[in-house]
Amino acid sequence: MTRFLIRRILTGIPVVLGVIAIVFVLARVIPGDPCRAALQEKATAAACAAFNARFGLNEPLPVQFVLYLRDLGTGNLGESIKTGQPVTEIFVERMPTTIELTIYALLFAVVVGMTLGIVSAYKRNSGADVGTMFIANLGVSIPVFVLGLLLAYVFAILFKDTALSLPPSGRLTPGSQPDSIAEAWGLARLTGPLRTILDFVSNMYTVNGLLTLNGNLFFDAARHLILPAVALGTIPMAIIARMTRSSLLEVLGQDYVRTARAKGMRPRTVLFRHGLRNALLPVVTVIGLSVGALLSGAVLTETIFNLAGIGRTIYESITGRDYIVIQGTALVVAIIYVVVNLLVDISYGFLDPRVRLS
Amino acid sequence: MSQLGAEQFEQGKLLQQAAAATPSRSGRTTLRRVLRQRSAVIGLTILTFLFLIAIFADFLATHDPILPMLGIEADAHTRNPPCIHILGCPADQSQHFFGLDGNARDEYSRILFGARVSLAIGFITVGWSVVVGTLIGAIAGFAGGWADNILMRLMDLLLAFPSLLLTIVIVTILGKNLTNAMLAVGIVSIPIYARVMRSSVLTVREQDFVTAARALGDSPLNILRRRIIPNSITPLIVQSTLGVGTAVLEIAALSFLGVAAQNPQPEWGFMIGAERNQLFSSPFLVFIPGVALTLTVLGFNLLGDGLRDAFDPRLSR
Repeated sequence: MTRFLIRRILTGIPVVLGVIAIVFVLARVIPGDPCRAALQEKATAAACAAFNARFGLNEPLPVQFVLYLRDLGTGNLGESIKTGQPVTEIFVERMPTTIELTIYALLFAVVVGMTLGIVSAYKRNSGADVGTMFIANLGVSIPVFVLGLLLAYVFAILFKDTALSLPPSGRLTPGSQPDSIAEAWGLARLTGPLRTILDFVSNMYTVNGLLTLNGNLFFDAARHLILPAVALGTIPMAIIARMTRSSLLEVLGQDYVRTARAKGMRPRTVLFRHGLRNALLPVVTVIGLSVGALLSGAVLTETIFNLAGIGRTIYESITGRDYIVIQGTALVVAIIYVVVNLLVDISYGFLDPRVRLS
Repeated sequence: MSQLGAEQFEQGKLLQQAAAATPSRSGRTTLRRVLRQRSAVIGLTILTFLFLIAIFADFLATHDPILPMLGIEADAHTRNPPCIHILGCPADQSQHFFGLDGNARDEYSRILFGARVSLAIGFITVGWSVVVGTLIGAIAGFAGGWADNILMRLMDLLLAFPSLLLTIVIVTILGKNLTNAMLAVGIVSIPIYARVMRSSVLTVREQDFVTAARALGDSPLNILRRRIIPNSITPLIVQSTLGVGTAVLEIAALSFLGVAAQNPQPEWGFMIGAERNQLFSSPFLVFIPGVALTLTVLGFNLLGDGLRDAFDPRLSR
């Protein structure tokens, strides 16, 4: 197992290096003068010279690349060309929003998708099966932004002033501002990386609410997350439902399942221990691959529900030519990708001993 | 967004099963097989309907899709709600089936012409992507060795980014318009077709009739063109049918964000994006194009699923 792990981690390294190089080049191919984009009417020749010197844009590209790598080595992702804000700070501020959104979306997708898939396979060709597959087909076909707007319309307008009413935008009721965990725990004077981590976690409002035992904060944040998470999670949910169904059907047709049934095991035991366990491998792959789709979908979801997350940040930095932010965010996204794929591979090892040994 | 690495995987897995059953059948048997699939029939029906709309948009439209009605009709206001006379709308109001949009253009006519735009987008994008992807996949699979390695690692790198973000980068580099968006979405989907082609070439390459052709002294290029490509076409058809739906969806998403179709083009995603802040006052301007878009993608997905099942040897009989 250890050797398997080490081998898998090592193969991720070239991908990350390739991504660093490609992002660096792509960011510089985007047309337009970053100085003019950042300073706008104040972009005089003198101001631009100073600007370019400050961000190292005068150097030849290979030199810029080496300088960039050196900074990366020290954990410095640079500062936004537009606002001067350090990229790490942007991350602490905005990444938690996206992580929280993605996790709840994934949770929705896995729980609902697998349940629908199992029911549908177990009651094959029944009304429940047909209905489920209809939902799944519709789910993969409806664009994230249409579904998001539809949910916002139904739950914020049609159900307004009912128990089902849900907020269509933002992360908390306007006007409320949560305390950071550090303050709630009486550690307000804490500084350094530990404080950064705590601030990062504080910005995941539901987690903050749980850790500081602040029920109001938790429920307010959760209420705001329901619509975006469902909108974002629906496509993966539909894919997971279809995959679970087809994979489970295949396994349930195997001889050993018939044997288990024949020797009188309870149907539920057969379904979960013999069927589902062996049907999980492709489902896990699909879940892993969904993370990429979720990151793409996050751009659209964050736009519709007015969430200041990392998806929106990447979009704005690309269209605003903020090289430094593009580089930093793209790098982190790529690392998330590689790590998720790694986790998927490791879970293979757990689910199927044959993978571990090969 | 390739939207869906995950969906591609799901498709890929089933495609490999389909690829195993490529020996060509007569056209009529194939058609009968396809028509036995319920999802294929529903998909075909939806698509036929959309195609007819796209072809006859000029006749079906009641107004010019890009002409604002302000100053032409006395009662024209931006975002007038739908008015259909036979459904009780007063006869002295001008009739607009789906109302007017934010520029006082006839929404119904824009939706009709949108079908033409979306279908064209889907087919052109997938068309060029399939050609390039097939070539790369065929070369990689047929040549093997270092050429295979370099080409396929390149494809892996393209898949290492979230596709929507990569297309946004490409469009920003090339310029924000519909043509460049089609180019970008095409580039991002090349790896899918390259992988499908490569895997079916690898399967077909080892079969007896190819060995026979080689023994007879056929040139590699001839073998590729006359033996391998025709026998690898089935999984490609399935994949590209599903790909058209994805392409329509991705370009609509780019248009929604404002980096693909531009005013006054009647593109559904753009129409939704332009009116999304009026969701609470004029929901019809968001939901009518939304339904059109969903229906189109659904049509291609159902047809693709049906084709895949029809070609799957385990399901025949």
